[in-house]
Amino acid sequence: MSLTWYLVVSALIFCIGAGGVLVRRNPLVILLCIELMLNAANLALVGFSRMHGNMDGQIFALIVMVIAACEVAIGLGLIVALYRRRLPIDVDELRELQG
Amino acid sequence: MAEVIFFIAAIGAIAGAVGTVALRNPFYSVLALVCHLLALAALFLLLRAEFVAAAQVVVYAGAVMVLYVFVVAYVGGSGEPLTASTGATLRFASLIFALALFAELTIALVGTSLSALNSDGAPYESGFGSPAEVGELFLTKFLLAFELASLLLLIAAVGAVILARRRTGLGDPREISVADVMRVTASDAPPETMLEAGGPPHR
Amino acid sequence: MSLETYGWLVLAFPLGGAILISLLYKVLPGRAAGVLGTLAIALSFLSAIGAFSELQSLGEEEKQVVAVGWDYAVSNGVDAQVSILLDPLSVLMMLVVSGVSMLIHLYSVAYMGGDRGYARFFAYLNFFVFSMLLLVEAANFVLLIVGWAFVGAASYFLISFWYRRKTATDAGIKAFVINVLGDVGLVLGTFFIFQGTGTLDFLKTFAEVDQVFSVNDGDLVAGCILLLVGAFAKSAQVPLHTWLPDAMEGPTPVSALIHAATMVTAGVYLIARMHTLFEQAPAAGDVGAIIGCLTLLIAATIGLVVTDLKRVIAYSTMSQIGYMVMAVSSAGYAAGMFHFMTHAFFKALLFMAAGSVIAAMAGIQNLDRMRGFRRAMPFTFGCMIVGGLALSGIPPFSGFFSKDEILALLFARDDWHIVLGVLGYVGALLTAIYTFRMIFRAFYGEPCEEARELEHGHLFHAEHPTNPMTGEIEDTDVGFPGPEHHIAEREFPMKVAMGALAVLATIGGVVQIPGVNEGLHHFLEPTFADSSLYAELEPSTTATIIGMVVGAGLGLLGIFIAYTLWVKRPEAPARIRERFAFAHKVFVNKWYFDEAIDIVFVRPTAWLGRFFATTFEQVVVQGAFVGGASGLVGLASAAVRRVQTGYLRYYAALLLMGITSLGAYFLISA
Repeated sequence: MSLTWYLVVSALIFCIGAGGVLVRRNPLVILLCIELMLNAANLALVGFSRMHGNMDGQIFALIVMVIAACEVAIGLGLIVALYRRRLPIDVDELRELQG
Repeated sequence: MAEVIFFIAAIGAIAGAVGTVALRNPFYSVLALVCHLLALAALFLLLRAEFVAAAQVVVYAGAVMVLYVFVVAYVGGSGEPLTASTGATLRFASLIFALALFAELTIALVGTSLSALNSDGAPYESGFGSPAEVGELFLTKFLLAFELASLLLLIAAVGAVILARRRTGLGDPREISVADVMRVTASDAPPETMLEAGGPPHR
Repeated sequence: MSLETYGWLVLAFPLGGAILISLLYKVLPGRAAGVLGTLAIALSFLSAIGAFSELQSLGEEEKQVVAVGWDYAVSNGVDAQVSILLDPLSVLMMLVVSGVSMLIHLYSVAYMGGDRGYARFFAYLNFFVFSMLLLVEAANFVLLIVGWAFVGAASYFLISFWYRRKTATDAGIKAFVINVLGDVGLVLGTFFIFQGTGTLDFLKTFAEVDQVFSVNDGDLVAGCILLLVGAFAKSAQVPLHTWLPDAMEGPTPVSALIHAATMVTAGVYLIARMHTLFEQAPAAGDVGAIIGCLTLLIAATIGLVVTDLKRVIAYSTMSQIGYMVMAVSSAGYAAGMFHFMTHAFFKALLFMAAGSVIAAMAGIQNLDRMRGFRRAMPFTFGCMIVGGLALSGIPPFSGFFSKDEILALLFARDDWHIVLGVLGYVGALLTAIYTFRMIFRAFYGEPCEEARELEHGHLFHAEHPTNPMTGEIEDTDVGFPGPEHHIAEREFPMKVAMGALAVLATIGGVVQIPGVNEGLHHFLEPTFADSSLYAELEPSTTATIIGMVVGAGLGLLGIFIAYTLWVKRPEAPARIRERFAFAHKVFVNKWYFDEAIDIVFVRPTAWLGRFFATTFEQVVVQGAFVGGASGLVGLASAAVRRVQTGYLRYYAALLLMGITSLGAYFLISA
């Protein structure tokens, strides 16, 4: 099984995630799409780790997972705070920080 | 055999991804992502990363996604509002660019640019991808990363609590404080209703 | 002490005096500032005498000594040092300047008493003397220009001494502006000459002039004419003369010192010093002679009709300097310097006497109001007569010898200069007429009210002090003249000063009596040794004697005419005025020079200034440059601001597009 396939899948998932970030308006879904992108990166990392026979890629993937978990925690905390303030949960409505 | 599992898992992953992006209801998006994560775990297993696959299922699909489910339930998120979104051209342009990015990456991968791609994979010893191996690496070579990651988790946990706590200034009007209780007990007239006594116990 | 030391001391004493008085002005009691100032100048005069005696002890060939103080700006191609030149010409100037200054300081000690700005006056006066001495002792163009500028500044300070008087400050500004024009001419002239010779030092320049420039070389003529512009501005020659009558707003000692004896003669000194250049460019010399002649006639005609006492003497100064300029431009150097010396004596004397009369009139300067002071002020009258006779060229007074020497030399040149000589005699006649007009009007006739009071021993005091020109009411605080008036008969210092000058005006002619001795001519010879005309230009004895007789005769004729018109037949002047009404009008309006300058220069410049201040400033600078630059920045930043939309997805899209483009770039370049 050639590694290229895994990488192509990873690329495809990454681009789907990127498109999702740009297209969706619900911040929850945007966070989910970011998760997609992170997972795609994980896949690529593990794939390369397998290619080189080196465990470093897997360790990297584990750390990425930890980062993703932290980021989700904070992001969801933000959304909860937004909800508590009765602000609209819509990325296009939250644009006071502008020039 | 491996190819079959690969294709099934890959299709599952891609389907999950598309579902996350395309489904209107955020609850369904979360479920689609869970499917995607499980498919990805299968891919990891194929790549001889057992521990990573286990962590993916247990931590990612298990804990993180459950957190997501809770928040989606709390927040609601009844899908996309029907008003026209601003920047329709932006959406179109971004889709084009996402496709372009994919095209580029594919060309990069499939073309002869990345000559270091070895299709078969290196020979590996039996302990490859096992928890023992991961643990050893974490505690020797990647000790700093390990410690920093745990610190980061701590900060994230504290941060999440702070972000989502109730602030007293903008608190719920039905919330009672000690002063209210003292006032009520100090006054002579017995309270007529439960509201006068301080209201029903707040949630 | 050596000659160089004396030379530096002459400069050091007035400068020290000025600085000392400036620093101590608050603590100096009473007249101490005046005494200090006079002492400083007296020491300077003694040093000048020392320098003179040292110079005389040197051999004939060595009489031009340059004493270098230090290098100021000596580098490639420029040699500006602080150096002084001590030769007969500069020593003569030093002696006259410091001597007359000393006497005027003595006069001012009494005259300016009671003025709130007493110490300031003496500080300025000392500074002026220092500047004038610097000018005459300068050994190179740079120091000359420095001294030139300083005297201009000192003149401005002193003309607007009573600074709360608007007429005085206006006059100060006018003087300064015209002087600056002269400064520009001087500096440009220096450039022209420096460009040819490559050196700023006088002696080196003079040595190289005939090698570098041909006769009447364009550059040299241009340079000399620019130098003449400087000389004319400083010496109040036509057309840069309009400041001198207005400068009479300053106190009388100032008029005596600066605007009669010393500063206005700086132009004459300049031409005499640069004689080598002028002889190499005779065209410029001719210009100088013609302007000098024109000035002496124009000023004399105006002097016939002016009614302010000090202004009559001012126009007289202008006229006499015309004589001097005419002389030194026509190679009559010794004659010109001789007249300078005698003129310093009798003109300062005349001003001092006039100051005394004005004090008796409690500040009024109008001749129409003065009459019959003869019995009330005998000493002043005597000094005035001595000065007037010297000015009119009556033998044996000094003015006679000097003026006739000039005219004789002009005739000796035997070309078109003879015309100038004839006109000079006409001017002499006019001089005598206006001088004695002034004297007869002020001192003869029925005594006026002030004179009558003075005869009874009481000095007239006006109820309110007023501006003599406009009649505005003033007070006697600082910035205006003091409440006291000092006349010569009552003040000893004034008597001493005036007496000394009267003696000098009488006997000053003995240094150069034609046919008897040639004192001054011989003394100045080392300076003018390189002049071809100096030695050769000798009027024959018969011509000289005829000239002297004619001159004396014209002087006496003028006095007689003045006597007739203003003493014997007082109604005659009014009749003459009616007959020659047009001429009278032209003379009274000073030949309309002020109006012409106003129309030609002042109004266009003011218009230009207003135009730039309003239109150019608003439209071009504010609108285009300032507004344009800031507007451009504003537009650019507004364009950039549009990127900050606030939409999260917009930012994410930009990010993605950026990454895609980068990836494409790397892909293509690989």
